[in-house]
Amino acid sequence: MSAPQMKVAAKQRSYAFHRMSAGEVIVRYALLALVLVITILPFVWQLSTSLKGIDENIYTATPRFIPEDPTFANYTKVAEVVPVVDYAMNSVIVAILVVGGNIIGATLAGYALAKLRFRGSTLVLGALLATLILPGEATIIAQYVTVRSLGLTDTLLGVALPGMIGMINVLLMRAAFTAIPDELEMAAKVDGANAWQRLIHVNLPGVRGMLSVICIFAFIGAWDDFLWPLIVLTDPENLTLTVGLQYLSGTFTNNPRLIAAGTMISFVPIVIVFAVLQRYFFRGVEEGAIKG
Amino acid sequence: MTDTKMMSSRVREHKWFTPWLLVAPATLWLCVFNLYPALNTVYMAFTNKKPLGGGELVGLANFERMLDDDQLVYALTNSILYMLVCVPLLTMLPLLLAVLVEKKLPGLTFFRVAFYTPVVASAVVVALIWNWMLDDRGAINAILQALKVVQEPLPFLTDRWLLLFSAISLTVWKGLGYYMIIYLSALGNVGKELHEAAAVDGAGPVRRFWSITVPGVRGTMLLITILITVSSLRIFSELFVMTGGTGGPGGRVSSVVMLIQMYSTGFTGHLGYASALSLLLFALTLVPMVLLARLNRKDA
Repeated sequence: MSAPQMKVAAKQRSYAFHRMSAGEVIVRYALLALVLVITILPFVWQLSTSLKGIDENIYTATPRFIPEDPTFANYTKVAEVVPVVDYAMNSVIVAILVVGGNIIGATLAGYALAKLRFRGSTLVLGALLATLILPGEATIIAQYVTVRSLGLTDTLLGVALPGMIGMINVLLMRAAFTAIPDELEMAAKVDGANAWQRLIHVNLPGVRGMLSVICIFAFIGAWDDFLWPLIVLTDPENLTLTVGLQYLSGTFTNNPRLIAAGTMISFVPIVIVFAVLQRYFFRGVEEGAIKG
Repeated sequence: MTDTKMMSSRVREHKWFTPWLLVAPATLWLCVFNLYPALNTVYMAFTNKKPLGGGELVGLANFERMLDDDQLVYALTNSILYMLVCVPLLTMLPLLLAVLVEKKLPGLTFFRVAFYTPVVASAVVVALIWNWMLDDRGAINAILQALKVVQEPLPFLTDRWLLLFSAISLTVWKGLGYYMIIYLSALGNVGKELHEAAAVDGAGPVRRFWSITVPGVRGTMLLITILITVSSLRIFSELFVMTGGTGGPGGRVSSVVMLIQMYSTGFTGHLGYASALSLLLFALTLVPMVLLARLNRKDA
């Protein structure tokens, strides 16, 4: 749907490159609005369903987006039957572990690989790159065997552990540190700063953009993960939110209102987190472009 | 030169063990959670290991079993078809979207954040939302029937091909914002001068798109193609939730990863066979990567 219309928009674009004509601006906004509707409408529909009371028909011939008598009854009902808050707390714990591990592990290793010369760096770098061609799903069975041998099945630490230092994040931090001019590093050396001091005071400020991107991706990845916790966790009390949600949808298979409320409970917090951090996220992306 | 040499020799670079201290955590994770599981996957693929017990070497028995596995043929067909449709759609549509949001317009930040929302939502949340829309009594079928397009509900979630179509639609919808961001980074590096020169020569927007924008982001396009190929072959969560954990219409498992998950737990679990399937998945993802890498080198 959107592709042909975007091409139409392209045709109407004015030849005056620096300034867009009024027509072009209007077409661009129209297309943006269209994509916005396609993107956001499913969420609005889910939110609408979650707020409709038990007496309201949710199967109307024409979908009704505004509930006649909005109510939070579905949310309290979900919380009564399924420990949604506990599941959310479990996901928060896993996400914090994953984000914390990546901040520390990827930063330290990225700095060493980018700025310090040492025997073995090529080997480590090569091994890191080699892991990128391995889809996580291809080693998930062996990961499970590893975590089980550590005695960590059915624990949140077992869920978090493999993702606490992502190899892609080490490589991204290395790229970010590499983009910082070597002259700064050299000047700090002459002044007598050791490697740790140079990392914290000279290099760290320059990679904050990439670090924020890694934090956001790590958090979202941990919060949204489903297959791995599904394999590691079996005790209903230990479930993370995604696995708990899937369990909830099985329990309430004939009640879309409650399923909708459950999905909103999972969805709203992470959207809030992203909305708050999006400024850093997009700035991090743009910084990557400038240095690239 | 001499001054530089004297200076660098006088300044202590670092203690010999400092770099290793810095890379130690990542290297530990690399070995324990990446390299060792990779090697162990290869080893287990030749054993009869089960969740509880087993573990003796059985040679190629697990690979021979693949040849007789109807479930595998079904899952492979679905996974490959799914990949073949997702790749072109997710390679081109996000680029068009990136071009749309690249220009400076008031309120653009709001649109960028909004377009990224499906990426932020988990695959489980997204699948549950689409389940409700695609249900026999869901919004999509209600609209289609109200418009007289169909008289009976379309079985989006219970027909094999419609389920595949639904999964593809969900994936494209969810991935638009993610790949848009990657393209935005790349578009930032496409020279404005080229666009201006072409505009002065009378090239229209469409011509400039194909002659300047697409070649300018070609490297990124290749990267994105690889990312989509690999991630689409790995589909699991969306299908698992859309089928209510059953695997697919008629109880037939719809993707390779679902097959791996199915064999990894429970009384019918067979970690050896699951590992062999994992190697198959790896081989599947490796082929397009190698092909695309060769294409890239040839054109360079």
